[in-house]
Amino acid sequence: MYEVRIHGRGGQGAVLAAQLLATALVFDGKYAVSIPAFGFERRGAPVVSFIRASEQPIRQLTNIYAPDCIICVDPTLARTVDIFAGLKPGGAMVQATSRPLAEVTVADSVGTVGLCDAVRIATEIFGRPITNTLMLGAFARTTGQVSLAALKKVIEQSDFRHAGLAQNLTALERGYEETTVHTLERRITA
Amino acid sequence: MNTTTTEAAAPAVAERTPQLMLVEGNEAAALGVALARPDMVAVYPITPQTSLVEKLAKLIADGSMDADIVDAEGEHSVLSVLQGSALAGGRTYTATCGPGLAFMFEPYFRTSGMRLPMVMTIVTRDGITPQSVWGGHQDAMTVREAGWIQLYCETVQEVLDTTVMAFRLAEHHDVMLPVNVCLDGNYLSYGASRVEMPDQAEVDDFMGRKDVNWHVALDPLRPMAVDPLTGGSGGTGPETFVRYRRGQCAGMKNALRVITELHEDWARRFGDSHRFAPLVEEYRLDDAEYAIMTLGSMTGAAKDAVDEARAAGEKVGLIKIKTFSPFPVEALKHALRDVRALGVVDRSVNFRWNCGPMFQETLGVLYRLGRQVPAQSFIGGLAGADLTVATFHRVIAETRALLERPADDEPVWLNAKD
Repeated sequence: MYEVRIHGRGGQGAVLAAQLLATALVFDGKYAVSIPAFGFERRGAPVVSFIRASEQPIRQLTNIYAPDCIICVDPTLARTVDIFAGLKPGGAMVQATSRPLAEVTVADSVGTVGLCDAVRIATEIFGRPITNTLMLGAFARTTGQVSLAALKKVIEQSDFRHAGLAQNLTALERGYEETTVHTLERRITA
Repeated sequence: MNTTTTEAAAPAVAERTPQLMLVEGNEAAALGVALARPDMVAVYPITPQTSLVEKLAKLIADGSMDADIVDAEGEHSVLSVLQGSALAGGRTYTATCGPGLAFMFEPYFRTSGMRLPMVMTIVTRDGITPQSVWGGHQDAMTVREAGWIQLYCETVQEVLDTTVMAFRLAEHHDVMLPVNVCLDGNYLSYGASRVEMPDQAEVDDFMGRKDVNWHVALDPLRPMAVDPLTGGSGGTGPETFVRYRRGQCAGMKNALRVITELHEDWARRFGDSHRFAPLVEEYRLDDAEYAIMTLGSMTGAAKDAVDEARAAGEKVGLIKIKTFSPFPVEALKHALRDVRALGVVDRSVNFRWNCGPMFQETLGVLYRLGRQVPAQSFIGGLAGADLTVATFHRVIAETRALLERPADDEPVWLNAKD
């Protein structure tokens, strides 16, 4: 079982990203579940969504408290939310940020970091900071848990209008290509 | 050499590759409805049911579903519209929850009394007040004396498959009762899982011929008194009224058999990934000394907890109820035959008995079992609260303790602060 928690703000598409990722995992031949956390969501407020993936059928329909990976699609969220809560030792972190690794807050539990300047790239593509599909590309690059081909197929089959489809495919590919992956030494592994 | 001979030797039924999709529970319900080909859908959107009726509206608008849809001015009208459609011979469907179900109550009771074979999804939601729009079983449990069949689903696939089966169950001539397919608001309604779409042609064959108003109809060629004034203490009034009620109870009793037959037929046609326990699921009960009991989407996490406890040497099993109404007394007696302690987890409250409703109903089965089984009521998952594997480890531990001491009269409130 591989568990992912996506952090974002209301309106950034964290819940949609979870569904797209889970669908891609199904296209890769896995079992997958996505669950949105339930609270008083509104635009700009912190939100989370969850994805489970497994080679076996998944029975738990619950929130995730000890993820293998966290994806944070917003560069400022870590200031107000403990995005590392419960992350498994040696787990992965995929962060939207313009900063280099030395200037990013990374908890001791993190073993792998993927950094993507998603807001800048999204602004170039969409004219707006919509980072969710970019960060799915960044997740694929950082963890290898899902194929880029499956993510592309999901976006092609989604209800995007023509321009939106091309833009999101570009975002996915640039998220994959323009993510830097760092494996950290001397981290907590048990 | 005649090539047609070779072709004729091919298998009569081509091996089908199932269509794999990732859908939310609400979407799965809508897809199940579409497979069953209803004539009339009437809706009033309400959280957490809204995405279900939005999906239906979309399926009808884009022509992939051939039904009429009425966006009525309220839930009371929704059910009244559907009653007229059913009396005119239509296959009918709606979905609601919580306050919407409450507003529907008067025609809700009439639907079962007139034996109209309607299907309604309850995307279960906790009761207000205090205000909440999140999941819980309080809405469906509150209407459990109104004569509807109630089936609770555990997974998204089970939502899809049960929704189709519900139409045939409702329309079975030995049943002729409306059916609620209950799916948990939040964890099932918005939880998206991998499902396999059943083949439409095979579903059509499963459904057979529609025949919904042979017994009660608004039809000038078959004049009859529909919903006549009955009762009182004179004439044939009380006898007619009693005949209605006895008939409803007989339909309920027959439903236990028909539900089992339909689940077997369904699994035979569509395969093991479409096989679900029809009444009561017995999970790892062989040689179990004690058991926990669950309902709905909480069951997955509970099964994982049971597996972990078993690996640690605990002799614990799990009993899941799918068919809550009619209550599956004999199936539950079978499940409980060797159980020496029982913990029952409810996602709603029985205010009369200070316990969960499923717990209180199960006490009646324990009485018929004829031996004392210490049993504890657990109430959790209210208003969207999460019931995790860790929660069920607590339930397992507190149920095991009943092997050594008597049960408490107070429920255990899971997700409470203390």
